[in-house]
Amino acid sequence: MAKFDRARFDVLVIGGGPAGLAAASRAGQHGATVGIVDDNPKLGGQIWRATCEQEHPQTARWSEQLRRANVTVFAGTRVLHQIEPGVLLAEQMQSAHELRYDKLVLATGARERFLPFPGWTLPNVFGAGGLQAMVKCGLPVIGKRVLVAGSGPLLLAVAAYLRNCGARILMICEQTSARALAQFGLSLWREPAKLAQAFRLKKDLAGIPFATRSWPVEAHGSEALESVAISRGGKGEAIACDYLACGFHLIPNTELAALLGCTIENGYVSVSDLQETSVPGVFCAGEPTGIGGVELALIEGQIAGLVAAGQIADARQLSRQRRKALCFARGLEQTFKLNPELQKLAKAETIVCRCEDVTYSRLRPYHSWTAAKLQTRCGMGACQGRVCGPATQFLFKWNPDSVRPPIFPARVESLALRATAATNS
Amino acid sequence: MSDDGYEVAIVGAGIVGAACADEFARRGLRVILIDREAVGSGATAAGMGHIVVMDDSDAQFALTHYSQRLWQSLRPELPEDVEYDQCGTIWVAADEEEMAEVRRKADYYSERNLVTDVLDEAQLKTLEPNLRPALAGGLLVPDDGVLYPPCAARVLAERAQQHGAKLQLGCAVERMEQGCVQMSDGHEIRAEFLVNAAGAVAPALTPGLEVKKRKGHLVITDRYPKFLRHQLVELGYLKNAHAVTADSVAFNVQPRRTGQILIGSSRQYGAEDKEVDHDILSRMLQRSQEYMPALGSMSAMRTWTGFRAATPDKLPLIGPWPGDKSLFLATGHEGLGITTSLGTARILVDQITGAQPEIPIEPYLPSRNAKEQVHA
Repeated sequence: MAKFDRARFDVLVIGGGPAGLAAASRAGQHGATVGIVDDNPKLGGQIWRATCEQEHPQTARWSEQLRRANVTVFAGTRVLHQIEPGVLLAEQMQSAHELRYDKLVLATGARERFLPFPGWTLPNVFGAGGLQAMVKCGLPVIGKRVLVAGSGPLLLAVAAYLRNCGARILMICEQTSARALAQFGLSLWREPAKLAQAFRLKKDLAGIPFATRSWPVEAHGSEALESVAISRGGKGEAIACDYLACGFHLIPNTELAALLGCTIENGYVSVSDLQETSVPGVFCAGEPTGIGGVELALIEGQIAGLVAAGQIADARQLSRQRRKALCFARGLEQTFKLNPELQKLAKAETIVCRCEDVTYSRLRPYHSWTAAKLQTRCGMGACQGRVCGPATQFLFKWNPDSVRPPIFPARVESLALRATAATNS
Repeated sequence: MSDDGYEVAIVGAGIVGAACADEFARRGLRVILIDREAVGSGATAAGMGHIVVMDDSDAQFALTHYSQRLWQSLRPELPEDVEYDQCGTIWVAADEEEMAEVRRKADYYSERNLVTDVLDEAQLKTLEPNLRPALAGGLLVPDDGVLYPPCAARVLAERAQQHGAKLQLGCAVERMEQGCVQMSDGHEIRAEFLVNAAGAVAPALTPGLEVKKRKGHLVITDRYPKFLRHQLVELGYLKNAHAVTADSVAFNVQPRRTGQILIGSSRQYGAEDKEVDHDILSRMLQRSQEYMPALGSMSAMRTWTGFRAATPDKLPLIGPWPGDKSLFLATGHEGLGITTSLGTARILVDQITGAQPEIPIEPYLPSRNAKEQVHA
């Protein structure tokens, strides 16, 4: 029988990326008892993901602050459900926990958006961040030919990382236009840090062709990926490669916020200047409030942590920084808006839901996500619609369902533990 | 525009409404089937999808047995995605007291020409090796089966459409009375006969109707092919499910075609919200683990809730509603609507067309409740 633990915190932070680390350490500095939960075995989130050998230097820096503030870390832990107000049920490999909180900070980050195109389910077609994560876990890419495609600044970071690991980056295909990028570039003068980052990356990316208004049209290969047909500024081209790293910007992880009843508008969790959601005592920071990158996540995380610990005056000192970073975030959203042409990539036989093998043509007759789901099982698989939900939202303008627990697949015994504990006591 | 010219307007495109539409259309009536959402999206989507014979009462047995035979004759025409699987039900007996119930049930079924098989402890173990040891035995009902209800409802609605029925989805109904269905967007649909097949929502459209919401929870696991072969129901279910007031849970699992395992069941009165109630959910899963310990380490993919349309005497309401000559009911099927949809459709259409029903219909007539009210 699995172990069952209970713990209680003044401030509980869900998510161990930049926003969560900042929130937990700032809350902890002010004497609150703080817990931080992350589903990965090590803290850092997607952006500061650890390699097999070591933590990311930024994570190490923040983790030191967590240690000083006596923050309890629950790594490899997934939050499944709020089983009653103020009590979350969470699961680890061998155990389950009831985590009680006074204040809750949601820093659940974002995931890549995938759009279906013929061949996207072939072996060696990965998400951009997905391939980076695999390389961090030991997948060798020395000398491998990698095409990076999709949308968003993540593509640049991934290309730079993979190149440093010895991969040959053949090209970066960005779906947005050169004009949109230029406008974004022009607005960067307000953001010296971003500009520096852009320059730094530029050095890492020197010599790699960067194509705008370009995207993969079809991935070819008999058993695994061999080549990718791309549309480059309206013209077709074939590129032979070993890996395709492909993601179309980011989708915020708002499932837990939705489950808790937080107001969500246009896909993002609504928050006040102090990161308060519509649910009293629940704060949200980082990507779920709007895709804004690391700097905004760190500021929002600090504000959320400080306010949750009752340090409102300190939090207000970050207001100006927050406003500036928000401008950058809005620019991001505008710049990497998806080109409607991408809706035409999926063909009749293209798989849209890879968990349940549902093709585009089977979904087309339905008028709603609910109807399509019930009739085809689209979105009913292990990813619970995290991949095909955003894709069908883009392809068919379907609205997602309400979120139901468990927000991740969970062991039956974890969901039963409350009754088991009651029976045994 | 007034959508006149229909003989029948059915409100509710769950499996019962869809089955009625199919039956009316095939007998040549002009039908419109109306639903506020999609076909099979309410209790039909939330239910387990069993095709079972039950014997809480003679009337329940008659309707479930009749309906099961209708399903079996329809089976060759059902497409693959309906996932009809005649897996059989095993009523699991935990102790000698429940074994006595097994033998009573076996006698009852055999008197009515239904084949069953009484299992001892060893036979039960052979058929379902993942049940916990030291159970007393069980009763195998081999004709029982399971299917995937949303697709079954869709197939019935498509058959109705092939016979000329119209489908109107995505718009709610405000009122239905005196041969007129008032839609929330302002338009009216007129028909000689109206059928309220709105499940647990039916009383909102026909005030005075004695149908209550009885909430249920279900859990579906990842794929574990061959772990489970039959639908399993604990016989303690009878003790639990009969408690009309208290919340109850019972062990009830089904193997799905996909290899997934559907875990039920719970019953709650007075719970009107759709939220998953964690206390009930954990009790239900705890109960399932007591019978099948290996379920504990399986991955639960999704949980959901639904509302059964429950009547005081546990029998559906099929027939004319006293007080409105145009209005007929096909609701109150509680947990058996998937099974009894086909029988319901037959006897409802028999009543309207004046055909001779194949089973006595009196136990299901809505007037039985009205009579009770007079005497109450």
